[in-house]
Amino acid sequence: MIAYIAKRLLLTLPTLILVALVVFFLIRLIPGDPALVMLGDAGDAASLAALRQDLGLDRSLPVQFLVWLGYALRGDLGHSILTGEPVAAVIWDRFQLTALVVLVAVSLATLIAMAAGLLAAWKRDSALDLAVVGTAALVLAVPSFWLGLILLLVFGLKLGWLPVVGYVPFSESATEAVLFLVLPILTLVIIESGVLTRMMRSSAIDVLNLEYVTHARAKGVPERAVLWRHVLPNAFAPTLTLIGLILGHLLGGIAVIETVFTLPGLGRLMVDAILARDYPVLQGCLLFTAVIYMAVNLAVDLCYPFFDPRVTAQ
Amino acid sequence: MINIRLNAALGGALTGLLLLVVALGFVWMPYDPIAIDLAHPLDPPSSAHWFGTDEFGRDVLSRAMLGARISVAIALAVVVAAVGAGAFIGALAGLLRGWVDRVVMGLSDAILAFPGMLLALALIAVMGASRGSMVLALAIAYLPSVVRVVRGAVLSIREREFVEASLVAGDSRLYTLFSHILPNTLPPLVVLATSLFGWVVLSESALSFLGVGVPPPAPTWGNMLSAARPYMENGSWLSVVPGLCIAVTLLGINLLGDALRDRLDPRREA
Repeated sequence: MIAYIAKRLLLTLPTLILVALVVFFLIRLIPGDPALVMLGDAGDAASLAALRQDLGLDRSLPVQFLVWLGYALRGDLGHSILTGEPVAAVIWDRFQLTALVVLVAVSLATLIAMAAGLLAAWKRDSALDLAVVGTAALVLAVPSFWLGLILLLVFGLKLGWLPVVGYVPFSESATEAVLFLVLPILTLVIIESGVLTRMMRSSAIDVLNLEYVTHARAKGVPERAVLWRHVLPNAFAPTLTLIGLILGHLLGGIAVIETVFTLPGLGRLMVDAILARDYPVLQGCLLFTAVIYMAVNLAVDLCYPFFDPRVTAQ
Repeated sequence: MINIRLNAALGGALTGLLLLVVALGFVWMPYDPIAIDLAHPLDPPSSAHWFGTDEFGRDVLSRAMLGARISVAIALAVVVAAVGAGAFIGALAGLLRGWVDRVVMGLSDAILAFPGMLLALALIAVMGASRGSMVLALAIAYLPSVVRVVRGAVLSIREREFVEASLVAGDSRLYTLFSHILPNTLPPLVVLATSLFGWVVLSESALSFLGVGVPPPAPTWGNMLSAARPYMENGSWLSVVPGLCIAVTLLGINLLGDALRDRLDPRREA
């Protein structure tokens, strides 16, 4: 077990370094003086010279990379060209909203997928199964931003139940904040439960065909206990990997959802940074997102042995 | 079995419909999709304009048809680029192994460490928003998945007897690669290319929706949806039509992909 964890942690290190390299060189690919790129039009000659000195631009590229990495490791991602705020603080601020929406949505979607997938697998080829499979296929084909627009059209404009544009932070009014978050979360729940249900159903079907399930049924274990104790835990392991991928993906920014519902989240921050050519923010967002993505996948791999002890044996 | 036939029939029909609409767009469209008609802004669907008109009086049906052409062209370009380059790189890595393999896998790990959409966003930010940079960005983002599939297939095929036989018979390694190894990687590659097509249509519409994809006035389903947002109250058809186009396209491609996978890879869904 400890060997497994240590090995998995060690494997992360080279990828982390590669990711840092990619983020660093991606921004350096932009034509022009990097200091000018990072300061935008706002910089005067003195601050430009200071930044050049700071970034080590007079030294070799590997040294420049190490200088940048050193700052990043200490949590200093530079300052936004547009607002002058420290990038790390802005990212953390925006990330909290994105994380809240994503975590609530993925938890709910997982519960729905577990119930629907297990039932569909249990009653395979029944009308219920067909309905579940059909709904999942339909949901998979719907782009999240379009579903969001349609929900907004129905619940916001036609019915007038929920607010349409804007956002009120929790610190100002918790009830209003919740009202603004209902539709984005609902959109994500619907979209993500489609993939998860399919995954859950197919792995539950695999498990239901295994001998230990036949054995449990043969010795008279009630069907409910067969499903709960034997099928669910074993079918959940592959789904967990998918949940990890989805979480990492969504935490990195649900830019389209945040655009539809005008939420100030991490994804919108990155898109706005691209449109405004605010490169320090873009670079920070990229690095942060990739690290979160890797961290989530690492966490899932580390949780995996609890569901499937066989993996540590390899 | 019934499921596979149903998937194939429905998927094939919807994908065929998409291609038919694209083909029809080359010979006939109800109106000029770019022509502005300020006398008829935001006309609801009618017999003159089946899907209504937008805020500039442009015919939504014609714009959706042109959008289909642009989406399909971009998706095809990305799939061809990613599959072509990915198959070559993956085959090379699987065949040569050693340091080439390690470098290729290391690089693809680094690319896969970013969520696909975000990497595409970043690349577009560096290259500037245009059709060309979007094709390149999406091709790079989806390249590693092709490389991995082909490399895996090559690694298992190269150990088979017919490859050995070809080499023993005196065929050159390049000849063996092209005539014996690569053709056998086709089934998984076809399945992957089909899914890839669907992902690219979705990513392209999302990027265009965010305003970093295909710039207006050229219509794509994504930027039509983005432009529809201010008119949700009195032009709801503008928000409905392009999304429906994306959904029908994706449904067709997904069903076709499922049917192909079940057909070509009998181990799944046994």
